[in-house]
Amino acid sequence: MGNIRFLSKYKKECILSPLFKFLEAGIELFVPIVVQLIIDVGINGNGGKEYIFKMGGLLVLLGIVGLCFSITAQFFAAKAATLFAKDLRHELFLKIQKLSFNDLDEVGNSTLINRMTNDVNLAQNTVNMVLRLVLRSPFVVFGAMIMAFTVDIKGAIVFVIIIPVLLFVIFYILNYTTPLFKEVQKKSDSILLSIRENLVGVRTIRAFGIEKEEADSFNKKNNEMFDLQIKVGKVNSLLNPLTYVIINIGIVLVIYVGGYRVNTGDLSQGDVFALMNYMSQILVEAIKLANLVILLIKGKSGLERIQSVFDIKTGDIYGNEEGRELISFDKAGKNKRENKIIEFENVCMKYSENADDALNDISFSVNEGDIIGIIGGTGCGKTTIVNMILGFYKAYKGKVLLDGRDIKDYNLNSVRKNIGVVPQKALLFKGSIRDNIKWGKDNATDEEIIKALKISQAYEFVEKKEGMLDYYSEQGGKNFSGGQRQRLTIARGIINNPRILILDDSASALDFATEAKLRKAIKENLKTTTIIISQRISSIKHADKILVLDEGKLEGVGTHEELLKTSNEYQEIYKAQSN
Amino acid sequence: MDRKDILKRVTGYIEKYNFLVVLSIVFAAISSLLMLYVPILAGKSIDFIITKDNVDFKSLKKILFICFIVFVTASIMQWIMNRINNKVTYEISRKIRKDGFEKIRKLSVGYIDGCQIGDIISRIINDVDTFTDGLLMGFTQFFTGIITILGTLFFMISISPIIAFVVVIVTPLSLFVATFISKHTFNMFKVQSEIKGKQTGFVDEIISGEKIVKTFTKEEDCIKEFDKINDELSVCSMKAVFYSSLTNPSTRFVNNFVYALVAICGAIMVIKKPGVFSVGMLVTFLSYANQYTKPFNEISGVVTEFQNAIACAGRVFEFIDEESIDFDNESDIVIDSVSGNIDIKNVSFSYDKEKKLIENFNLSVNSGKRVAIVGPTGCGKTTIINLLMRFYDVDKGEILVDGKNIKTITRNSLRKNYGMVLQETWLKEGTIRDNLLLYSDISDEEMIEAAKKSHAHGFIKRLKNGYDTYISEDGKELSNGQKQLLCITRIMLNIPPMLILDEATSSIDIKTEIRIQKNFKKLMEGRTSFVVAHRLSTIKESDIILAMKDGNIVEMGSHDELIKKNGFYASLYNSQFEQA
Repeated sequence: MGNIRFLSKYKKECILSPLFKFLEAGIELFVPIVVQLIIDVGINGNGGKEYIFKMGGLLVLLGIVGLCFSITAQFFAAKAATLFAKDLRHELFLKIQKLSFNDLDEVGNSTLINRMTNDVNLAQNTVNMVLRLVLRSPFVVFGAMIMAFTVDIKGAIVFVIIIPVLLFVIFYILNYTTPLFKEVQKKSDSILLSIRENLVGVRTIRAFGIEKEEADSFNKKNNEMFDLQIKVGKVNSLLNPLTYVIINIGIVLVIYVGGYRVNTGDLSQGDVFALMNYMSQILVEAIKLANLVILLIKGKSGLERIQSVFDIKTGDIYGNEEGRELISFDKAGKNKRENKIIEFENVCMKYSENADDALNDISFSVNEGDIIGIIGGTGCGKTTIVNMILGFYKAYKGKVLLDGRDIKDYNLNSVRKNIGVVPQKALLFKGSIRDNIKWGKDNATDEEIIKALKISQAYEFVEKKEGMLDYYSEQGGKNFSGGQRQRLTIARGIINNPRILILDDSASALDFATEAKLRKAIKENLKTTTIIISQRISSIKHADKILVLDEGKLEGVGTHEELLKTSNEYQEIYKAQSN
Repeated sequence: MDRKDILKRVTGYIEKYNFLVVLSIVFAAISSLLMLYVPILAGKSIDFIITKDNVDFKSLKKILFICFIVFVTASIMQWIMNRINNKVTYEISRKIRKDGFEKIRKLSVGYIDGCQIGDIISRIINDVDTFTDGLLMGFTQFFTGIITILGTLFFMISISPIIAFVVVIVTPLSLFVATFISKHTFNMFKVQSEIKGKQTGFVDEIISGEKIVKTFTKEEDCIKEFDKINDELSVCSMKAVFYSSLTNPSTRFVNNFVYALVAICGAIMVIKKPGVFSVGMLVTFLSYANQYTKPFNEISGVVTEFQNAIACAGRVFEFIDEESIDFDNESDIVIDSVSGNIDIKNVSFSYDKEKKLIENFNLSVNSGKRVAIVGPTGCGKTTIINLLMRFYDVDKGEILVDGKNIKTITRNSLRKNYGMVLQETWLKEGTIRDNLLLYSDISDEEMIEAAKKSHAHGFIKRLKNGYDTYISEDGKELSNGQKQLLCITRIMLNIPPMLILDEATSSIDIKTEIRIQKNFKKLMEGRTSFVVAHRLSTIKESDIILAMKDGNIVEMGSHDELIKKNGFYASLYNSQFEQA
């Protein structure tokens, strides 16, 4: 497990903690001997009161020392475990930031979140408990057995019989119940889903009148969980009583055997007591030992899951970190309309080896300052083209050029900083409106923000909100309507005065009137090269050039009037939408 | 809800199992006492083992045998007690979960819209578990603990009051240590879970929007923000973990201290009064001293858990007591298929009773007519839908379907007469077939027929397992367009007499959209329809247009009438052609 290497940073704590636990356990193993001495020498012998007081004081001292050792051990264990978890979380988060779009698609959001939260917690607990128990429990269990041998070999035979039986019973029960607990958890998740669905989908469920069927399905799951819980409970409830019986049988046997040994003069009364004492020490630690093993198993699988995230080969990081920078809007010659700012030369691209081409032999060029429209059916490749301009996906054939140069020679960070994107899904983050808009430009002033909001037609509702720019957006921007979210993300995309502005279906939730005002405002105020992707002809019909995509292929290129004559797709769409 | 009420409610649930609970308590008491007796027997047996050639085997055997019977009996009782506790706990939590779910069925749509889903889920699942565990299991633990402590004291006093006194003196110390630590660790864990919540929320948000993070090259900033929270968390975790781990060593120490005291005093007593106090009794006392602090630990833990459990129980009952609105009266009529005449008479409604929304709205729609609802985003088009479907009830006025006030019709039968396809699609976890059929027993042929008509059949067949393809919560595996096609197919399986359609088909590609429009048109023929319209042709062909703004219906009439008026609708219509 590669990620254990993060623990090596805390070598000191990892060694000291078990060591101190070991010492503490050692001290505990001496207690029966001290009491044995009290009985044999103090009481039955001629040690007398002074001897008893001395030994008693020794017991207290041993207790204090043991406590100090234990606290020290717990301290180091807690430190190592929590710092290890912190490092794990940091490295995981770092790794996730490096993942490519492809990787993110494959792994999935909720998996990543689970790794970062549940699995790291598991790892922390595992490290903590292992450090505390790994030297203590086994040591006490087997140490007690060994000490018993030092007291009396024949008496210790009882230990050799009882301990394996005890361990076997404990392991068996825990082994049986652990997978069943997992089943219970799964059932619980399924019940959770039912409840969630009946809340989120309440309109659909009531509209179709299937409330009763949903309730029946829920009750079935509920009953199944109950049955599972009872099943687990039957065996689980055996653990304490059964181990109690086994240990007490051990004690009875030890006393009995002890009786014989005392009778033959080989043992003293105190010795019998010591054997009894060692036997009872084992009970507590044996259960802890079994739990330790279960914990190790759980912990190992958690660490493996975390490792699988680290193992994701962050594919060829596209672009060149040392590469050239994309010239910003201010530095570019604004009137150099002949400059081909974007070119696609016979670009072919697919999302995975077995998939069909998402883009097939796409060639087009965009002049500086152009307004380009891209139109086509769902899944025809429009957003893919956007992602390729941003360098998030690679062409396997053909070239994508920016300012005449292959995109892979560019520092992609600078490319992305100079391209303003308003993605299809309007997503905002928790924070004020101001914070969200500033994602587009770190040091934007309030005036700049307001200007951007006015252009994106968002200012009219923002100024009505309490606190205006300080108004708080909830996670995802849920507290805004779809249209409002879109307008805010448009403002975010334009505030940096980008060299290229990409609007990916960004007006889908806006009505015609607002969209028209938006287009006008962008054209008058920004003058950047603009790429508009839309399903609506009305959004793109005035563009300098329109690309018509159909299932990954370029079906037509031209102005609105030209396409009406030459492109079948375009004609169909136009007919459907203007009727 | 105050404590007394909560406890009363809990006893209500327990009532059914009163006998079992009493039995469990009796077993707990007996087994605890028996277990406390074992050290005495063990001690006595030691007294028979004196020295060489001085071992009373007969008595030894007898007492060891009794000891065996005692602890085996105690174990069996403990096992049975555990089984009983399990049964009662799980039965009760099952019942409460059922009640919770039943409650959801009765809640009004308005309540569900406004609630936090995670909160309700937390109550029905987590809080129920915490409270059943805490109250029931905790109660037996508490009870056993008390019996153990009292039993121990009793036995100790019966052997030697003086040494018992020594033990009792130290008792407050162990209580103090246990409560002190558990109180502080509880607080620390609370803070820790708050910070964990903060971090999880942040991670969740960033990972969900990871593509946007990359698009805006915000990786560095996110990492910095994350590290800040991470550091805070690790400091807090360290404290919480360390302090909570102190409980065991501390109580072990107090144990050891008591143990030492007993050893000293006991040994001296044996020397001074060998007739009264024997070595065997010392051994017994030491056994007690060894486990003496355990029940204190358990009890203090139980007390904190008990507080938590009561709070959780309160939250659960609070939810179950929610005013349920969405259920039918006994007198409500069940209607069959209707012709689809809708009369909206003097209806007033608003979500927030302080702010006015729809006022004195009147509309008569004859069977088969089409009503288009238009307006800017966020203007409240879904309100009309909410009222027609009785997801919300009108404040004033009435809505009649075929002459009957919908408030007198059962909700189920009313809703079955509407076919609804909204902009927000919802699918449940299951196969495609499950989602299309929704528990009905329509044949596969009919289902495929409908899917072909709605042009969903093609993409369904291209999925991994066709109609048996499994989709997860809210159909993440499908595109928006595909989800909409499934919703449309659902309607086509059994087309009701009245339709409510939201035309926002912006997520469907043009070709498919065209075909669906044709089918929609066919569907709407002869059926009363309410269409949230986006397409000009739909609007123009409607019999009545409702133009809405800011939640109100500002204009009403046919397309030509409204254009002539040259008001709000006219300006909406004209802006379509405004040159950019």
